[in-house]
Amino acid sequence: MQRTGAQIIWECLLREGVRTVFGYPGGAILPTYDALVDYPIHHVLTRHEQGAAHMADGYARAGGGVGVAMATSGPGATNLVTGIATALMDSSPIVCITGQVASKYIGYDAFQETDITGITLPITKHNYLVTDVHDLGRVLREAFFIARSGRPGPVLVDIAKDAQQAAIEWEYDETPIRLPGYRPDLRPLTEDFEKAVEMIHTAKRPLILAGHGVLMAGAMQELLQFAERTRTPVAMTLLGIGGFPASHPLNLGMMGMHGEAWVNHAIQEADLLLAMGMRFDDRVTGNLATYAQNSRKIHFEIDPSEVNKNVKVDVALIGDLRHSLQQILPHLEACDHSEWLEYIDEMRGDSAVRDIQNLPDNGRLYAAHVINDLWRYTRGEALVVTDVGQHQMWTAQYYRHDKPYSFISSGGLGTMGFALPAAIGAKIARPEAEVWAVAGDGGFQMTQAELSTAAQEGVKVNIAIINNGFLGMVRQWQEFFYERRYSATPMRSPDFVKIAEAHGLTGLRVTQRSEVERAVRQAQETEGTVVIDFRVEQEDSVYPMVPAGGDLHNMIRRPKQNALMESALD
Amino acid sequence: MEKRTLVALVEDKPGVLNRVASLFRRRAFNINSLTVGHTEQEGVSRMTIVTDNSSPNDAERLTANLYKLVNIVQVADLSSQPMVSRDLALIKVSTPANQRSEIMQLVEVFRARIVDVANDSVIIEITGAEDKIDGLVEVLRPYGILEMVRTGVVAMARGSSAVTDASANSNGRQPAAVLSA
Repeated sequence: MQRTGAQIIWECLLREGVRTVFGYPGGAILPTYDALVDYPIHHVLTRHEQGAAHMADGYARAGGGVGVAMATSGPGATNLVTGIATALMDSSPIVCITGQVASKYIGYDAFQETDITGITLPITKHNYLVTDVHDLGRVLREAFFIARSGRPGPVLVDIAKDAQQAAIEWEYDETPIRLPGYRPDLRPLTEDFEKAVEMIHTAKRPLILAGHGVLMAGAMQELLQFAERTRTPVAMTLLGIGGFPASHPLNLGMMGMHGEAWVNHAIQEADLLLAMGMRFDDRVTGNLATYAQNSRKIHFEIDPSEVNKNVKVDVALIGDLRHSLQQILPHLEACDHSEWLEYIDEMRGDSAVRDIQNLPDNGRLYAAHVINDLWRYTRGEALVVTDVGQHQMWTAQYYRHDKPYSFISSGGLGTMGFALPAAIGAKIARPEAEVWAVAGDGGFQMTQAELSTAAQEGVKVNIAIINNGFLGMVRQWQEFFYERRYSATPMRSPDFVKIAEAHGLTGLRVTQRSEVERAVRQAQETEGTVVIDFRVEQEDSVYPMVPAGGDLHNMIRRPKQNALMESALD
Repeated sequence: MEKRTLVALVEDKPGVLNRVASLFRRRAFNINSLTVGHTEQEGVSRMTIVTDNSSPNDAERLTANLYKLVNIVQVADLSSQPMVSRDLALIKVSTPANQRSEIMQLVEVFRARIVDVANDSVIIEITGAEDKIDGLVEVLRPYGILEMVRTGVVAMARGSSAVTDASANSNGRQPAAVLSA
């Protein structure tokens, strides 16, 4: 049949199961937007292309499949960059389609021309420039295949305007994709399995480090079986949250810079670390020279370039985590580590006395209380999307997730402004979910224009702004490491209630803990998007904290002379 | 820390050289020399990349990262095995008439060739391992080198083993894993 390049794009997207595209039109992508009118694909008009990339990312992470963002050439394409880099660092499968100036103008500095394949080369899993309409169908099939297979990631397809306009005789190509250099199907060696089994059976103090890979591979059931059969406790990375039920007795909580103290101590004292779909990021390890010196290590990892990158391991089981766990489970015998588990429990008990949750109310509003109450009043069942900073860490610590794909956050890149657009994308992927975006006053303002997108789309997300009048995490570093010289961190914000109302949405303000429940309930009962401005304690800090590059076991703990403690002891 | 010689078979497509060079820059490795040329297989090019100051661990990391590039078909670290490596140089040397025979003798000793003769200069072509070429360059320097160009190293493992398309040699790909059937 006769098809234009623009029509081929939409035909291919339909074949990939795409029903929603996030984007922003412009000159070089106009032919494609014109053809969209005739296809049953919903387009979400964002207020900035960065929002489109984050929405596609949130959509993918919530379980919607490969997310698609679309933009025009030049500034449209460059505005995607932060969103693409975010998706790469967190292995999120998105496909970005950008218009490019007509092929005869490429290289001549035409209006809105930019070398977006050059710019995104180091921040995409792969990218393409298409100048010939005959390549379009093949390239789009490859793009989706590469984005979702192996270690997932973002793929960008830049399409010259004339390739969108040209019409050819075209049929969808069903033949197998041929990518001789791309092998996402690596599997562990049998002898490595045998070594791993032996190590697991002889370990006295084993510990599972569960990462994002558990969720990416859908290996939650296998992880649960593994942990229960071998009685091995599970610690999670930030992005591993949800991969193992928080309420399970073997769950220890989050590890790393703001991880639980008993988790970091357990890592340092373990004699076997089972790293599953995690990459020993510096936020997880602290000082590598003193990291987990007492343990042997088994690394379950899909990406060979992650093995021995930061931490040298004894055995690497390369391949899909779910597959590897399924292979190893039949060889595992029941183990008993009650002594080790009791020891960790003792450390946990010591920490509880410092926990802000266990201290009496002194009338002030603490972010940790807001998050804990939010967890309670949403029965722990919300899909929570965070921004980056203090609120992100408090959410990781105090919103306890039992279900997978219920916590979405920008981990690797640490992208402020991620929460709102990613939450909109997540809600579109999972309309039945109660979606909460938790953001700081700084990050929220970076992408708050997307409130308008939520309003136009009628998408309901609830937004909790943890408003402390500072760029809180930077302020915390200034407090700890720069003698409280608060350079450029105090921040004046607009009236967020009025901002919400200006968009025709509901805005609420909370200044006391006693008001939290009412506000959360009202947000739940309101039809449209609700913004809650939580005016929290200004100079509170996230504890514990391992200073950047410090030893994992040397944490800064919540000080005794803390304001809350003082009033509690009065 | 030493020089390492990596060989990469890549799809012959636009931009692949940029992807490889960008990877070295991105991962903070220095390229000592890089050559690209055709192979016995249509559509497959072969790059020989020599890196500075790389440990075997660095080479492993580089290899794993090269494999992440979709257009890279096969990678081998030849430094760990016996190999033949060759560099070609063209050296233009100033030759006053009274020194020409001296220079011709040196060329003879190094098994190089004179490929151009002018009134007051010659162009010498030499092929060989890098250190042999370095040696000739040193002895020619006193005569006055007017211009020099070197191709950079190409290398091949000794013996019958070959770096070939991964689809034909599926077990050679990753040391820590095998491909599923």
